[in-house]
Amino acid sequence: MIAWVGTVIDAVYVVAVIAFILGLKAMSSPETARRGILYAGVAMLVAVAVTFATGGLGNFALIALGVFIGGGAGWYWARVVKMTDMPQMVAIFNGMGGGAAAAIAAVELLTSLSAGATTGLSLAGAIIGSISIAGSFIAFSKLQGWLPGRPIVLPARQVVNFAVLLVGVGFGGAAVVVAQAFYLLPFFVLLLVYGILLTLPIGGADMPVVISLFNALTGVAVALDGFALVNGPLGDAGYAMVIAGTLVGAAGSLLTLLMARAMNRSLGNVLFGAFGSGPDTGGPVTGSLKPIDVADAAVLMEYSGQVVIAPGYGMAVAQAQQKVKELADALEARGVTVKFAIHPVAGRMPGHMNVLLAEAGVSYDKLFDRDEINPELAHTDVALVIGANDVVNPAARRTGSALQGMPILDVDQAKNVIVIKRGQGKGFAGIENDLFYKDNCRMLYGDAQHVVGELVQAVKKA
Amino acid sequence: MAADVWTALFIAILAAFTGYEVISRVPVLLHTPLMSGSNFIHGIVLVGGIVALGFATTPLEEAIGLLAVIMGAMNVTGGYVVTERILAMFDRSKRPGARP
Repeated sequence: MIAWVGTVIDAVYVVAVIAFILGLKAMSSPETARRGILYAGVAMLVAVAVTFATGGLGNFALIALGVFIGGGAGWYWARVVKMTDMPQMVAIFNGMGGGAAAAIAAVELLTSLSAGATTGLSLAGAIIGSISIAGSFIAFSKLQGWLPGRPIVLPARQVVNFAVLLVGVGFGGAAVVVAQAFYLLPFFVLLLVYGILLTLPIGGADMPVVISLFNALTGVAVALDGFALVNGPLGDAGYAMVIAGTLVGAAGSLLTLLMARAMNRSLGNVLFGAFGSGPDTGGPVTGSLKPIDVADAAVLMEYSGQVVIAPGYGMAVAQAQQKVKELADALEARGVTVKFAIHPVAGRMPGHMNVLLAEAGVSYDKLFDRDEINPELAHTDVALVIGANDVVNPAARRTGSALQGMPILDVDQAKNVIVIKRGQGKGFAGIENDLFYKDNCRMLYGDAQHVVGELVQAVKKA
Repeated sequence: MAADVWTALFIAILAAFTGYEVISRVPVLLHTPLMSGSNFIHGIVLVGGIVALGFATTPLEEAIGLLAVIMGAMNVTGGYVVTERILAMFDRSKRPGARP
């Protein structure tokens, strides 16, 4: 290799790493975020391009083919996917990264099984990458509706899962100790199975935590691959992977814990608790469900000073975000102040509701976090709950409830509460919602898109 | 372990704290782009895939390496496009005096 080529490649990696850090940093404000991802994107493009100039590299046709197939598929898929399907898209792209990390570790292990120094790190990368791709695929299947969203609980799952993990890792260790590549096959198979078994009992409402966790795990797997590569023919690409992977691992872990904390549950409980599969742990509910019709609901909101809309996953399922935006506009045209209350874990990925409402054209200065909006709810005339359930359930304040201690949106403090709901079913947690039985709460049954559409007409006509 | 691996470990520790500091104050609004943006950044795995495939010698290594490149490329382009699409929507609502 000509000496200066190597120097240029290294310099590009350094600049790329700086751009990645600044790109992430720019994510802390909507004004700068778009510029940040652009810089990171250009840096990534250049980093990938210069890698082709690495001395001694072969198989160019295959590499180009792989980049073309994978890049084309990723680009196309990400372009055409609907915003409502975004959670499963994020899950699958993340899984691809985990799979790539596992595959790289596999090649590393095949070529240097007896070399020793970094085989342990490669094994760790393979383990985490395999769990990430298998788990992400199950998360994708659940979100896509290929699998039921409810927890799938197998008998004696804790023991079985642990055994699968232990035996799988055992095969990996054996492969290294006796330098026998054949053992790598059961190693990978069992770890993929473990990833599947780990994710099956986790229900749909816990997906914000899970998607974020697998994102962090993939980052760690990439970093571990990088460790193995720094000893190899292209050391400095390894450093770039270590930094980028660790960066994502740390940022992703922080987001994961933030999500778990938003439900007042530990990460262990989310992963191993099979939440939502237990019996109803709610206390006795008093009162009755009081229905309201569209005309009355429209009048109630028209003559309000302030309406707060609390959306949930039901809004995403019904694809009602556009109608919700129209309703907010119609109410504002009549002088009503409209605000949106966003619970951190509403929906199926972190920030899900913000994305949907932004797609519908709702300005983000009308979207309020739980902590910002809760003090305002007491002097709100109407709280309109659209397809949200557990995140507005006052049972969370009651000792002994499955939701106990979960910080909720205090919509029950508003003067009036209107709940748009498809039917009389329970929320994901499988427990009765105390809110629906409160004196100030009225139920508006029907498909969210349809019902909100009617509300818009009623408000405009009045 | 080789000296390079120790160096990488020191770097990783600093990177971990950097990752933590850099995103510790991200508003809920940006949780999705933060996640898909970091998803994009671990797409650097593509570089590792290129190296793995580029130095592969046996057909088995080549097959696995190709798989790594395909998946890595999907991760990196998909992650970028998703993030850019979401941020483009937030951009539209830009107005003076908006909340940070």
